[in-house]
Amino acid sequence: MPKYLLLKRYRGGPEPHRPFPPMDQWDPKDVEAHLAFLRQVAETLTESGEYVDGQALTPSSSFVRYGGPDAAPVTTDGPHPETSDLIAGWMMVDVDSYERAAEIAAYISSEPGPGGEPLHEWIEVREVMEPGAPIEGA
Amino acid sequence: MSLKPASDALDEGALRALVPRVLAALVRSGEDFDAAEDALQEALIEALRTWPEHPPRDPRAWLAAVARRRLVDARRSEAARRRREEEAPADPAPVPGAQPAGDDTLFLLFLCCHPELSPASQVALTLRAVGGLTTREIADAFYVPEATMAQRISRAKRALRGQRFERPGDLAVVLRVLYLIYAAGHADRVELTEEAIRLARQLTLATDEPEARGLLALMLLNHARLPARYDDAGRIVPLDRQDRSLWDEREIAEGVRVLQSALAVQTDERPPGRYQIEAAIAALHADAPSADETDWPQILSWYDELVALSADPVREDPAAVLGRAIAVGHALGSAAGLRETGRLRDVLGERHRWHAARGYLHALAGDPRAAAEAYSEAAGRATNVAERNHLVREAARLRSEARAAT
Repeated sequence: MPKYLLLKRYRGGPEPHRPFPPMDQWDPKDVEAHLAFLRQVAETLTESGEYVDGQALTPSSSFVRYGGPDAAPVTTDGPHPETSDLIAGWMMVDVDSYERAAEIAAYISSEPGPGGEPLHEWIEVREVMEPGAPIEGA
Repeated sequence: MSLKPASDALDEGALRALVPRVLAALVRSGEDFDAAEDALQEALIEALRTWPEHPPRDPRAWLAAVARRRLVDARRSEAARRRREEEAPADPAPVPGAQPAGDDTLFLLFLCCHPELSPASQVALTLRAVGGLTTREIADAFYVPEATMAQRISRAKRALRGQRFERPGDLAVVLRVLYLIYAAGHADRVELTEEAIRLARQLTLATDEPEARGLLALMLLNHARLPARYDDAGRIVPLDRQDRSLWDEREIAEGVRVLQSALAVQTDERPPGRYQIEAAIAALHADAPSADETDWPQILSWYDELVALSADPVREDPAAVLGRAIAVGHALGSAAGLRETGRLRDVLGERHRWHAARGYLHALAGDPRAAAEAYSEAAGRATNVAERNHLVREAARLRSEARAAT
């Protein structure tokens, strides 16, 4: 049962298939439909025994590195250039195959947007490396 | 074969209420707090497992006996320790109570809320040693792995080693820790809010300090409105749109009673503290039959007192100054409220709550376009999913209102 991380972005990733305005500019009923869909995705995957965890991230971001001995950490605060990559949230699923993970990602990407049309949002799919040493050689 | 009568079901609340009493007795009899607390946690888990089938005659004596046995075992050699799992605990004879329950609670609260500990450690230790929750329950409540929470608790207890426990602790820290526990509750899992209320109730039995009663009143009054605060889909319903028939009248009445008993002993020389003031504001909201009938001038005067408690309220108590700005908007007009928030912009202008307050006041002023802008800004800065979704909804709703008006 491989685990996959499904990533949503505020920005970055491939060219949007269908650009859309921020959600607070949608019609209120489209907002409701979108939020209800996302809630239902997590419920469905929990019922199917595939949901592991999911979290949303705030849009604020900073980079930090070691500053050297006796020096404070070096920090670069946002705002970063619009081109930079900004993760909005993630969901981890435990599934039978990559194909199933891709199916789930595509389903999430069918989430309703303005006018109830599918958003076609790009979802990044990353396989999680298994921790621990295998008992038998593969 | 027969079904067990309901009265035989394990009363977890009653079991957990025994924890501080037994723990305090162990520590008072000279046991090390760290070891005694570990031993009692083991006894508690054992009780949760065995009591439903074999309820003891005297639950407190049972817990104390099993915890003492664990302590003795812990001191024995590895070989002796292996034996302990094989022995079922005997049912000891009832023992007469020693200290009044309130003393035990206060003693342990001061210990667990030691000012040397970080707030996260104070909260975790309080929930385990006074609240009688298991490590797993506390870990679940804070969404962290059980091993992480276990480590946090043992580090906290190590930090307390060698501290003198007999001197009186800092009640203000205890109150803050209980409030943190209350506020850490989530809409879909309210156990922590109820746990905080239970602990605050115990505290009011142990001390006459009016602020302790103020805190209990505040929790009761807020908790009474919780059923109306979220709809069936988990969406936030703001105060002015809540179905007030869902508010818990009995809990409101109790909150008001507790608050009045606290305020009754206050004098000009000893004015009410922040929890009593916040409870008074909550009571005024609870007292209004509809949002339109809210007594905003009186709420504003309480906010004035709340703000006056801090030397630099804008930095020290942003929630109070923003709440006051809303009250100004209602009592003196939305323009006055917006002017009030304008004065706070330099310091609070990057906080999501500042933008949310602006959005509310713009909407109150009948300017849905400006309100939508402010709510958008607030949504982009929110740090809670339910709150972010609420702010997005408000922005979308007001934007469509603005579109319809043009």
